[in-house]
Amino acid sequence: MPQIYHRAFNTISKVSIFGAVFIIAGLGWVAWVVARSSYVTNVDNARLQPVPFSHEHHVRGLGIDCRYCHTSVETSSFAGIPPTKTCMNCHSQIWVGSSMLEPVRESYRTGQPIPWQRVHRVADFVFFDHSIHVQKGFGCSTCHGRVDHMPLMWQRGTLLMEWCLECHRDPAQNVRPRDEVFNMEWEPPADQADKGRALVRAYGIRSLTSCSTCHR
Amino acid sequence: MPSVNTRTETARDGAGLADRLRTARGQQYWRCLEELAGGPAFEEFLRREYPDQEAEWSNPITRRQFLVLMGASLALAGFTGCTRPPAETIIPYIRQPERLTPGRPLFFATAMPLGGFSTGLLVRSNEGRPTKVEGNRDHPASLGATDVFAQASILGLYDPDRAQSVTRLGRIATWEDAVHALQGALDQQRGKKGAGLRILTEAVASPSLRTQLRDLLRAYPAARWHEYEPVGREAVREGTRLAYGTDLHVFYNFAEADVVLSLDADFLASGPGHLRYTREFTDRRRVRGDQLRMNRLYVVESTVTQTGAAADHRLPLRPRDVERFARAVAGRLSVAGLSPGERTFGGWNLDELAADLRDHRGRSLVVAGDGQPAVVHALAHGMNQALGNLGRTVVVTDPIEADLIEGGAEPAPGSLADLVQEMRVGTVEALLILGGNPVYTAPADAGFSDALFQISRKSGSLTAHLSLHDNETTRLCQWLLPETHYLEAWSDGRAYDGTAAIQQPLIAPLYGGRSAHEVVGILTNGLERPGHEIVKDYWRRYFERRVRSGDFEAFWRRALHDGVVAGTRLQPRTGMTLRTDWASRPPAPATEGFDVVFRPDPTIHDGRFANNGWLQELPKPLTKLTWDNAVLLSPATADRLGLHYEMGKDGGRPGWRGGERGEVIAPVVRVHFRGPPVDAPAWVTPGHPDETITLHLGYGRERAGHVGTGTGFNFYALRTADAPWSGGGATLERTGREYTLAGTQQHYLMENRNLMRAAPLEHYRSHRDFATAGEHVHEHPAEAEKTIPERQSDLQEQTKGSRLPLSLFPDYNYDPPQYRWGMAIDLTVCTGCSACVVACQAENNIPVVGKTEVTRGREMHWLRIDRYYEVDRRDPAALRNPRAYFQPVPCMQCENAPCELPCPVEATSHSHDGLNDMVYNRCVGTRYCSNNCPYKVRRFNFLQYADYATESLRLGYNPDVTVRSRGVMEKCTYCVQRIRRADIEVAKRALEPGTPDLRQPVRELQTACQQACPAHAIVFGDINDRTSEVRKMKDEPRNYGLLADLNTRPRTTYLAALRNPNPRLETA
Repeated sequence: MPQIYHRAFNTISKVSIFGAVFIIAGLGWVAWVVARSSYVTNVDNARLQPVPFSHEHHVRGLGIDCRYCHTSVETSSFAGIPPTKTCMNCHSQIWVGSSMLEPVRESYRTGQPIPWQRVHRVADFVFFDHSIHVQKGFGCSTCHGRVDHMPLMWQRGTLLMEWCLECHRDPAQNVRPRDEVFNMEWEPPADQADKGRALVRAYGIRSLTSCSTCHR
Repeated sequence: MPSVNTRTETARDGAGLADRLRTARGQQYWRCLEELAGGPAFEEFLRREYPDQEAEWSNPITRRQFLVLMGASLALAGFTGCTRPPAETIIPYIRQPERLTPGRPLFFATAMPLGGFSTGLLVRSNEGRPTKVEGNRDHPASLGATDVFAQASILGLYDPDRAQSVTRLGRIATWEDAVHALQGALDQQRGKKGAGLRILTEAVASPSLRTQLRDLLRAYPAARWHEYEPVGREAVREGTRLAYGTDLHVFYNFAEADVVLSLDADFLASGPGHLRYTREFTDRRRVRGDQLRMNRLYVVESTVTQTGAAADHRLPLRPRDVERFARAVAGRLSVAGLSPGERTFGGWNLDELAADLRDHRGRSLVVAGDGQPAVVHALAHGMNQALGNLGRTVVVTDPIEADLIEGGAEPAPGSLADLVQEMRVGTVEALLILGGNPVYTAPADAGFSDALFQISRKSGSLTAHLSLHDNETTRLCQWLLPETHYLEAWSDGRAYDGTAAIQQPLIAPLYGGRSAHEVVGILTNGLERPGHEIVKDYWRRYFERRVRSGDFEAFWRRALHDGVVAGTRLQPRTGMTLRTDWASRPPAPATEGFDVVFRPDPTIHDGRFANNGWLQELPKPLTKLTWDNAVLLSPATADRLGLHYEMGKDGGRPGWRGGERGEVIAPVVRVHFRGPPVDAPAWVTPGHPDETITLHLGYGRERAGHVGTGTGFNFYALRTADAPWSGGGATLERTGREYTLAGTQQHYLMENRNLMRAAPLEHYRSHRDFATAGEHVHEHPAEAEKTIPERQSDLQEQTKGSRLPLSLFPDYNYDPPQYRWGMAIDLTVCTGCSACVVACQAENNIPVVGKTEVTRGREMHWLRIDRYYEVDRRDPAALRNPRAYFQPVPCMQCENAPCELPCPVEATSHSHDGLNDMVYNRCVGTRYCSNNCPYKVRRFNFLQYADYATESLRLGYNPDVTVRSRGVMEKCTYCVQRIRRADIEVAKRALEPGTPDLRQPVRELQTACQQACPAHAIVFGDINDRTSEVRKMKDEPRNYGLLADLNTRPRTTYLAALRNPNPRLETA
């Protein structure tokens, strides 16, 4: 009876049998890395928008407060995307001839809303509430990063559950005084551990990690 | 086909149920007769938790093919989880509406009309989409509660089968065409003063529409308006004519009533004001602490109702005997013109009954049912007057149809019979039917559909139907005009006590429908006016004539905001004298054969809700049937007819099939009653009067829609004009055929381990701990009070010397500032109305599964209501009339939750406030948790039940709750989305400057079931808060936990049921 398999199969089978542990572990590691890569999570991926709205220009350059546009961030789960009217408050007076702003004027004229590309997409089974985080002293920049340095908007956090839990398990590391919430330049002080603990007590912050906090 | 309407059949059958019952090994509280009788077949049945069909592989695919397909789909589908998140857009407003904050719902007051009366509601709107109906606390007919119809009306709004376009002879047309046709018909009629114009409506709840119709009749003096309501209240009105000689309106004040006698009145479940009546009635029997007073309810009834189930004394009577009973009681109460007749009636000593009523002069109440003949209503008026109840528990007022602006009576609309008469003669040329479905609901002998068909065929005629659905009536009309749902249109209505409410739309018409106001507006002057203007103009006239002070806009806005128009309640009339000439009328002659009782269906009413899946799948409160109606008859009658209804006989059929959660095979009987016979399954109902059958109307629709068409049996075919509610002389015949019913009464049996606990009030006085006496409960109230350090030191003490902990469960810490959510359900006041079940379904996006899936025990209701019967086994006659109890069973949210331990992926776990969280996105569908749950409250999505595809249904989902997909377990969460929202709102308020304490009690939080409950039986709250109502209820001595001896430490507990029987009633 002739040899069915080539001799090289001896080596291949030995390696695959004894290496199975490492191969499986390796695949697992690859999956772990891919799942956290910006390819999947979209971190640092600047989105093209119908109007190239620059947070850098409006926030840092002009000093407009976050809440001028994101009006419901303190009261609602949804921070709010400004209606076209908000843009036109200023842009009916300035840059009225700019071609870049034509979609805004068109929207106002025709009554068709501007389809903004969503940057921070939380899964449908996650129920996140902006208002309670803002009210309890968690600043915009903690999750959204230095928006005032973003010409186009991109995502800074991975929005993976582990990313949420990092803070939910120990809120003291990120809490700041409530009057600093909308301050883009706030950095944790050197003694954040102590200051954070004091603020957690003062604001009655609970470390909520049970499932129904976010999943309903 | 042999007639079985003979006594000889009994012998063939051998021992009747009463005999078997005497030797039964079953139990005192039971849900179905099989459980009561016990026996090996039943025990075998219990062991099979899942139905037989589960094992059946009915697909033609072989095992090998299956493996190939599964392997391929696994290989391919497995990677779909690895895709990148899809790109989404955010669509903002152009100009954001004022007061609207995206993410925060708004609530608007409105009112729902049904049967000529309206109920005030508060409807939640998420970004402009109505998603949930609640009661309006300020509205007298609601007091914050709702019934099943109001709860399910959200689904009716989004029903994809609604009429979506104007059609003429089945072809799509436009409103312009329709308006043109209407105007053409009017032009023809103008010369004849409208002699050929007829309008047919349902009972009209709206005073402004009444005024519009009257104006129309002024413009066309020869035109006529006819009204037909299949579940109407003609007998009530006729009763007042008999008793007082004039048309009057009657309503009741149960808040003042200590003793109530119901003459076949289902005042807790149907008719105008039943929500208010339920609240007032149950408030008088809410035993708390040392307040040990309860009202007392005597019910005689010719069918089975929730009111009968709530009674302290119930007497099932054949329909014609109710009048005899009423006469006998009235005679004993010395009502003028009546002589005291029989002293005992069905075992009741009427002297004692009369004495009980007389002892509570002015605080008693006699209520006659809408389905009783006028003379019984007159007898009730006579008794109430003799008892001095008039003006106290009974309020008699001017008719509710009286004009609000002008006052005084107005000519009553014509009847359906008059209309058919004229249609036959040929005087009718243009017929406009506003709402309703008269072709389906008209009496079988009225001949309405033939007459309508003839007119529609006639050249030059016009027939149009303004309707929500393309239904049986539409088919025989030339024009279909899509009607607006009540949540889409402006209107108004009056409650049971006359209080007016503005019906405010929540959303623009989804399919370009128009309201009756708008269509009648076109008829009156040919002009199209928006309903808003019409309704507002009416109220402006009202304001100018009747209010006259202040500013109309302020009055209008106040009325819209509050949901009631102040000062429109009907004023009681006094100084009326009772006539006596009716008293000598001879009672109806006795007839041979069975008596028939017609009633609207408890869940789909007169058939108008037949296409509503929530209501179809809602188990009927007493029979627990879904998706069908049946011929209800008593066990003794079934025995006599030889209708085998118990398992194990004749090879187990008819009976159940398929294990604990299986289906019911029922024998089909043929009902002969004044017309062609109808075949329908028989359903044996304990407590039903003998020799009587109950037929629920509303089923057997031919053109209801995808959901309702072809379900159940049409008993309108047997209903004639001379016997709208009951009649004698029916015969029943066995057909030998069988029919599968989807009954849920045997689903999720918990094998009667002392689940239902009840006692008479007298017993409770001396045995406060009867509910828990002798029970080995692991947790003492004192134990629950202990703080965590105290418990830990206890535990250390107990486990000294042992290396293993005593409990597998960690000792969670719920001490303040944590909340400790809990629920208490008072079984004394629960009437089984099931509003909570539909409310839960609406709030939590619970899918409808359909009849086939229900027969497999896969209904998805998170909250079920178990109905228990109780008989004294020493009394063989007791089965004729068992006491009934209702027990709502949501998730118990156990502290030591058996479901949490077996989950391999921790998809169910304990939350910081003690809820058993269910994480859908983690669940892999092993169903171990359900297997381990002793309460059987977990539900599994065996198939893709949730509808992701139908565009209109997606609008109605609650955006705060995940819509679950196939393969996922789900269960009651105590409405965790509401808890979290309330928690967040309270936490935010606590941070406002000047608030002393960071931990505030959460007061405004209600679960959906609690909010809907008209009896206020379900109470939810923070057990840590000693002042909360739920905590006070849990401190009651009759508080008990279901299966508490398993040491699950349930957070949901029950207050044992109390009844207040009259110990002397059944003495000779």
